[in-house]
Parts: sequence; structure tokens; C-alpha cells
Amino acid sequence: MLDADFFRRWMTATAASVAREAERLTALDSPIGDADHGSNLQRGFTAVAAVLDKEETETPGAVLVLAGRQLISTVGGASGPLYGTLLRRTGKALGDAAEVSEEQLTEALRTGVDAVMQLGGAAPGDKTMIDALVPAVAALPEGFAAAAAAAEQGAEATTPLQARKGRASYLGERSIGHQDPGATSSALLIAALAEAGGK
Amino acid sequence: MSEEKLVGIVLVSHSAPVAAAVADLARGLAGRGTAVPVAPAGGTEGGGLGTSAELIAAAAAAVDRGAGVALLADLGSAVLTVKALLAEGDELPDGARLVDAPFVEGAVAAVVTAATGADLDAVEAAAAEAYGYRKA
Repeated sequence: MLDADFFRRWMTATAASVAREAERLTALDSPIGDADHGSNLQRGFTAVAAVLDKEETETPGAVLVLAGRQLISTVGGASGPLYGTLLRRTGKALGDAAEVSEEQLTEALRTGVDAVMQLGGAAPGDKTMIDALVPAVAALPEGFAAAAAAAEQGAEATTPLQARKGRASYLGERSIGHQDPGATSSALLIAALAEAGGK
Repeated sequence: MSEEKLVGIVLVSHSAPVAAAVADLARGLAGRGTAVPVAPAGGTEGGGLGTSAELIAAAAAAVDRGAGVALLADLGSAVLTVKALLAEGDELPDGARLVDAPFVEGAVAAVVTAATGADLDAVEAAAAEAYGYRKA
């Protein structure tokens, strides 16, 4: 079973990983985006780690709802409302249980990913974070490590795609050949899940 | 015309100067006599390009007169942030609504309509109607 502490470790591990990879994320965002994905997400997850340190969160759902709220208010780019919605909806789906099973997390995360698809209007294959998150959720029943690997593969598989959402979509065919920064950061989020689980 | 219960308008742009200028333009074209509450929410809190949820929430609170608040947004993250705030439920005033409209033309239509004392539905309809005006 996964308790609030596990979810705090997940968020802290994500913050550390995003800080480590911020330059790479921004480098990926330079040719097809506005070159701020790394710095935006780093600001957001640093704020998440800080608020989780300061405010008490007793349930897994409360951890994710608070983290999501913080991302929406601090990121400043589209990744804020998108990741914020992902975490908030996942947290709300977990309800107020003190501990949740991996199956419950999988179901909740699926709800969160659906909410992101609805908010951004993106589907798999549009070269967005969805391309890492959907395979991750599909692989979660096999464990966190499998989900992390699936997210990483999903992110890599965005390289030959043509962007259909966001600023990159204006570039048309010129968006082809670049790995999507949003899918890449989503892979970091899922890798941090595996890290929190110690697997 | 009574001063109370005018619909408030929030203009959410990636750029603080764009939001402020569009607010000025819309106010200028609305004519005198009625002070429609219009607030820009442009850029990040640090003054950079982007969207600030805090600025949006503050602007919406500032223009709320109890008749609803119409929010117009320009690009990607501005639209997504407003939607996310609306989904939060308690971040924006009661009756706050994202209006689907072209940013500049919609803002003018919304402010002019709000100045007549029209309700939120009418303001939204006027702003959305701006999509129907073809330029070529």
C-alpha cells in the first residue's frame, strides 16, 4: 500500500529530477517551443517541494491536490495547468484514503490523464506529454519500473511525429525530428514514481 | 443607467503590455458614461511572457460586481490556466466564465456590450460573434 509519505517522495523525486534535467528540457524546447520548459517546470516543482515541506498533507490525495494547485499557480506556461490538472485530478480520484493500492493509483492516474487530454484537446500521436503518459498508465499494472520504461519509450517515440498541439504545431513539418519536451518531462515524472517506490 | 451589477471583464494575455493595451482600447471604444470594470492580467508575476494564475485570480476579484465575470484569453497557456482555475472551483468569483472569442475584437465587443448593462450571456454572445466577422 502507498501512503502520503510515498506520494511526497514521488513529488520530491520529481522536483530533484526536473532540476537535474532542466537544461536538457529547455534545450529540447528550443527548436520547437519557446525554450522555457525546463525553467518553468523547475520553478513549479521547486514550489511543490517547498509547499509539501511546509503544509501538512495526511493522505495521498491531499499531497497530489496540493502539488497540482501549486503547479497551476507557479509555472507560468502551458505545462502548469496541464501538470496541475494531472496531479489534482489524480489526487481527487484517490479521495481521502490514508493509503491506496497500486491498482487504485493506476485507476486514478488514468482519470488524471483523461482530464489532461480533455483540457488540452490532445490525443496520442499529437507529440505531447500524452504520448508518454498513456503508455505509462497502460504499463502500470506490471509495476512502476515498467511504467517508467514505457513512458521513456513513449517520449522517444515522439521524435518522428509532427506536432499538432501548442506552439510547436505552428512549425508543421519542421517539428519532426525533435523529441517532445512535454513527453520528456512526463517520463521524468513517471521515473520519479519508480524512484519513490524504490524499484 | 445604474452603476451596479455590471459584468466584469478580464483580459488574459501572455504579455502584460498586450493585455493592458487591449483593455485601454476596449475602454476607449466603449464610450463614456459607464465605467465597465475591465482588468488586464498579462504576463507572469515577474513581468515575463507567460501566464500567472495569481494575476488572473486577482483581476477577476477586482472586476467582480456580482453580475459575473467574462474572461478572454489569447494563447495556449492563458486559455489552459483559465480553464484550470475554473475547474478548481473556488479560485474565481461565482459566475466567472471563459468566453470563446478572438482576443482584441472579442474584448471590444464584450466591453461595449457590458457597458449597456447587459448580462453575462449577452456579453459572451457579443464577444463570440466577433469570430463571425471575416476580414478577407
